[in-house]
Amino acid sequence: MTKEILIYAEVTRDNYIHTVFFELANKAQELAEKLDEAEVNALLISPKGLAADYREAFKNSGISKIYVCEDDRLKTYSTEYFTKAAVEIAKEVQPEILLLGATNQGRDLAPRISTALHTGLTADCTGLDINEKGQLAATRPTFGGQLMATILCKNLPQMATVRPKVFKPAEKDNIKPADIIYKTVNLDEIEKKVELLEFHKKLTTEINELDSAEIIVAGGRGMKNADGFKLLKEFADKIGAAVGASRAAVEMGLASHDMQVGQTGKTVTPKLYIACGISGAIQHTIGMDKSEKIIAINKDEKAPIFEIADFGLAGDVFEILPELLKYKALTEDASWKKLP
Amino acid sequence: MKIVVCIKQVPDTSDIKWTENNTIQREGLESVMNPYDVYALEAALKLKKSYDNIEITTLSMGPLQAGDMLKKTLALGVDNAILLSDRKFAAADTYATGKTIGTAIKQKLPDFDLIICGQFAIDGDTAQTGPSIANTLNIPQVTYIQEIISSENGELKVRRELDDGTEIVKVKLPALICMLQDYFEPARARINGIIKAQNSEITTYGLDDIGLLPEEAGLRGSPTYVSKAFRPEPKNTECVFVNSAEELAEKIQICKGGKND
Repeated sequence: MTKEILIYAEVTRDNYIHTVFFELANKAQELAEKLDEAEVNALLISPKGLAADYREAFKNSGISKIYVCEDDRLKTYSTEYFTKAAVEIAKEVQPEILLLGATNQGRDLAPRISTALHTGLTADCTGLDINEKGQLAATRPTFGGQLMATILCKNLPQMATVRPKVFKPAEKDNIKPADIIYKTVNLDEIEKKVELLEFHKKLTTEINELDSAEIIVAGGRGMKNADGFKLLKEFADKIGAAVGASRAAVEMGLASHDMQVGQTGKTVTPKLYIACGISGAIQHTIGMDKSEKIIAINKDEKAPIFEIADFGLAGDVFEILPELLKYKALTEDASWKKLP
Repeated sequence: MKIVVCIKQVPDTSDIKWTENNTIQREGLESVMNPYDVYALEAALKLKKSYDNIEITTLSMGPLQAGDMLKKTLALGVDNAILLSDRKFAAADTYATGKTIGTAIKQKLPDFDLIICGQFAIDGDTAQTGPSIANTLNIPQVTYIQEIISSENGELKVRRELDDGTEIVKVKLPALICMLQDYFEPARARINGIIKAQNSEITTYGLDDIGLLPEEAGLRGSPTYVSKAFRPEPKNTECVFVNSAEELAEKIQICKGGKND
C-alpha cells in the first residue's frame, strides 16, 4: 500500500488556501522521497462547490490527491465541525504523517484531531525529517528556544504543526493536476455549542503585515511606554516598515499579541529587521534570526541582540530614533542629506 | 458557576544555565507561574467579582513543590486547589497531560461549568494541552481569548484576538477556554486570603485516585518522546558597531537596498 503524507489545506476567511499549505507541501515532497516514495495529498474542508475552483490553486504544490469534505456548514471555521471532518477522513485514509500550519486555526484544530486519534502532535516544528527507521523526526525549540528537541511519535498518524514562513514553497511548474476525492462525513450528530456572533476584520491600516513585510521595526522593554511605541511607529511609517514587538513589550501592554515576534508569537524573515530596545532573549531571536539583515539599537552594548546583529548602535533609542527621522533619504530615494 | 483554572509551574526561561554536558541545569532554577495561566486566573477572579455564586478551583499537575504556587492562588481569593502529583505522571507529553487532567476533572470535579487555561505555557509553548483536555472531556473550546464579555444563561460571550481580526463568540457551558491576555489590574493577596492559604492543605491526587492505569499516564501514556535534545547553534555574525545615528541611517539605507550617494 502506498504510504501517504496528508497536509491540511487551511482555507482563509477570504477563501484562499493559506500560504503555509504550499510550504508544507514542498517540505513533504522531500520527506516522501525518504519514505518509500509516499504520496503527498491535501485535506480540504470547505463549503459546497469550491473544490473544483481550488484545484487550480493547488497547481505547483505537487500533491497527488485532494481529499475533500464539502458541506455548507463548513463555510466558516468551527472547531467542532472541522475536528469531526478531519478525524473521520484521517481514520479512513490512514496517513503516516499529518501536517498542519501553526496558524490560529491550525493551533486550535490540530490538538483536537490528535487527541481524538490518540496520537502525538509536535507543535511549531522548525525542522522535519525522516529518520533511518522511517519515522517522522520533528525538531522544535523548547524552553524559550534555549533547547532544541527532536521528537518522535509511537502512533500513527505522526502529527506536527509548522509556522508559516519556516519552510519555502515549491517553485516548480505544475506536473499534473491533483485528483479530487470527495469524502462524506456526517455532521448531523454534532451539536454545535460555539457560535460566531460577530467578526471585525482588521482594517488594512490595522493589519499587521509582519508576515509579508520587507522591513520590520520592533520594540522591546527598552521602548518603556506608549510614547516610546508611538515614536517607534512613526519611524516605521517613515521607512515603510511593519511594527513588531518582543513578548516583554506585549506583556507591558505596549503592543498587541499579533505584533509579537518570537516563540509565543510570529516567525518573520524580512529583508531588514531593526530591533529597538530589545535585549535579544533567545525566545525573541528565534522568531527573527533568519532575517536577511539585522540592525540593533540598545543602550547596553553587551546585550545579546548584538550577537546576531549585522550592524549595531549602542545608545538611547529615545535619542537615536528622532535623529534617524531627520534623514530624508530613508524615506525616499532622494539625495542623501540630513534635513534641517 | 464552578470554574476550574489550570495552572502550570514553569522554569523561568529567561534564566537558564547549562551543564557541561549541554543539558539544562535544573537545580536552582527559579520556578514561576506560567504568565498565560496568570491571565487565566485573573479572568476567573474577575468573573467572581462580577457575578454571584462563583467557586474557583485551581488545578496543577507537577511535583509537590507546585503546591506552594497553588497556595498563593488561595491567598488571591481562589476557593479550592488541587494538585495532581505522582511519579507516574512524570514526563507526560500534551496528549497524556490532557488525558490526566481531563480524567481528574471528570472524577473529582464532575459538576464543573468552565475550565480556563492559558493559551500557551512559556516552557513548552505548544498551546496543545487546553484543547487536549477539552477533547478528553468532550466539551467545546474557544482559544485565543482576549476578554470575557459576559456570562449569562449558561453561556459565555467572549472576544477572540486573531491575526486577521477579532471575533465575538458565544459558547454553551460546560466549556474550556484559553486566555491569551486580558487587561486588568493584577489581583492582590488579601489578609484573610493569606491566613486561609497558610491554614489550608492542598488536596493532592495520584494516579490511583483518578482511576488511570500506569500505561495511560506519564511517559508510558505519551505517544511522543524526545529522541534527542541539543543546544541550538549560535548564529555567528560579527556585529559592526557604528557610532552615530547618521552612520546608522546609512546602514539602514544600504540594507533597505535603496540608493546611497
